Amino acid sequence: MVEIVTSVGLPIDEKLMIKKNRIMPEGSSMNNLKRISVVTGIHGDELEGQYVCYELQRRIDEEKDKLSGIVDIYPAMNPLGIDSITRGIPAFDLDMNRLFPGNKDGNMTEYLAAGIIEDVQGSDCVVDIHASNIYLTEIPQIRINELHADTLIPLAKEANVDFIWVHGASTVLESTFAHSLNSIGTPVLVVEMGVGMRLTKEYGDQMVDGLFNLMKKLGIWQGEVAGVRTPMISKDPDDVSYLNATASGLFVPEVKHGARLSEGDLIGRIVDPLCGKILDEVKSPQAGLLFTIRDYPIVDEGSLMGRVLKEEVLVNE
Amino acid sequence: MNKKIIYEIKGMYRDDFRITGYEFGEGEKSVCIIGNSRGNEVQQTYCCSQLVKKMKQLEEEGRIKSGHKILIIPSINPYSMNIQKRFWSTDNTDINRMFPGYDLGETTQRIADGVFREIKDYEYGIQFTSFYMPGDFVPHVRYMKEGYTTTEDAKKFGMKFIVERTVRPYDTATLNYNWQVWDTKAFSLYTNTTSRISKTGAGQAVMSVMNFLANNDIIKYSAIGEKRIRTIDDTDLISVRTAKSGFYEPLVKAGDRVDAGTPLANIINPYDGDILETLYAPIEGIIFFIHNEPLTYANTAVIKILGD
Repeated sequence: MVEIVTSVGLPIDEKLMIKKNRIMPEGSSMNNLKRISVVTGIHGDELEGQYVCYELQRRIDEEKDKLSGIVDIYPAMNPLGIDSITRGIPAFDLDMNRLFPGNKDGNMTEYLAAGIIEDVQGSDCVVDIHASNIYLTEIPQIRINELHADTLIPLAKEANVDFIWVHGASTVLESTFAHSLNSIGTPVLVVEMGVGMRLTKEYGDQMVDGLFNLMKKLGIWQGEVAGVRTPMISKDPDDVSYLNATASGLFVPEVKHGARLSEGDLIGRIVDPLCGKILDEVKSPQAGLLFTIRDYPIVDEGSLMGRVLKEEVLVNE
Repeated sequence: MNKKIIYEIKGMYRDDFRITGYEFGEGEKSVCIIGNSRGNEVQQTYCCSQLVKKMKQLEEEGRIKSGHKILIIPSINPYSMNIQKRFWSTDNTDINRMFPGYDLGETTQRIADGVFREIKDYEYGIQFTSFYMPGDFVPHVRYMKEGYTTTEDAKKFGMKFIVERTVRPYDTATLNYNWQVWDTKAFSLYTNTTSRISKTGAGQAVMSVMNFLANNDIIKYSAIGEKRIRTIDDTDLISVRTAKSGFYEPLVKAGDRVDAGTPLANIINPYDGDILETLYAPIEGIIFFIHNEPLTYANTAVIKILGD
């Protein structure tokens, strides 16, 4: 059943509505049912979660009798952003993922954020699906704030991702959707996969398998599920090397995303199309997995071109 | 005066990105003044240009006291100004959310780092900044209540209003916050406008900085500031919110004194002109902030009033 989670009138003959679809076992009451919430579209330019929302429902519909809990699907937290290919909230130029937990008495954006938190809180698990940004492609991964690692790592292991990245606490990140809910006891897994403005169907299918597995563990799904992969887990900031551009130019990759690299392997070149010169050769600083690669070819000095997860973490997989 | 490049990045097809500073006097790093960090902060750069002009005059007249160096950086983001975009030209990040910066990080982290290395050792830091919402302010000086900068320091600007800001999580990557972490007494100067030039507002800003420099014995200048200075907490401002979206018709302006019950603005149906809502002053006081765009959303604090 499609419901309006929260809404607000826009100036000229339009209402901004944030919608969800609630799927429940037929004929059951809500009492004592476990609930999973699948959330996406906080950043309007990240679309990988759109396919996951569709495919999850398509597969539930095929075996609706196996559903034993509530699945809430929130495909568009930032509908104006999705519609206008805008990462933040249009007109406000605000990152929606810096507004939580919001404020019912606050401005329009804070009001919407508060309405979302009120609706999602209490879920037994929330999966917040992001798609990196328009610049970088990511392998399917879950990012966890170290403050909530004990609760979230066991859940994340069930989600069929390739990588779990536990990162340090940062005050700036306290205003994210995930942190706001994790802080009040509603567990949120933040998925990053693929790239902005595009769909990567195989990642979406992998994520849907993971969601079914999570639902099975939580008692929301009684049907068969595919086995899940064992993720690599990194808790040490030194596990990851960052490749930042040393010059402005055109980044031309020489390896594929997900490549296994030895130290010194050529990852790509920054070239100058005006003069036809190579400005820099981007080499791997350590042996490992190229889990992030730049998709958007123009780089400024400092732009991130990739990340390498060191070999030792891969060995532990 | 010494004009120097503070930070530079080579452009691909654009001219190189350059941050330019103007140094006056010699000696201890006394005061650093920063103009815009966002592309729409035109007034903030204009204020700095007027300050550079004034400081040149003071220097020529020998009125900068010995042992003091003053650095003015009119813009730390000329690239965004030139394309009339508020945030960074390629990835839309906000340089004023990147401090203290990181020299090996992403572009705006590098810019923040490059600027911060040059400015972190000053005793006082002044940043001309803007509110995240479009609107007009009563000019005032703000500082973050972290226990380092004090109201006594802020009074030296001689401005009528001082606003103490309680630090929010998202403030921790701003220049003002990080200046204080590195032992610089930091202030944000809010002039009346952002994307339009106000000569009077800029004149007031120049005068307040002159007062500050004179009261700290850095320049020879007869400071004439406000006699009655009021320090308020940012939570003391009473927000007047819209319940409806529509055309926004203000009936008052920033700085006006209003009685409780004064009509402040109408929200108008954009198709038939009906008044959907009239906003009234809930208390007697001064219009401290007022939204200045023709459209408004519902639930928006379009006006902030400072009660007596």
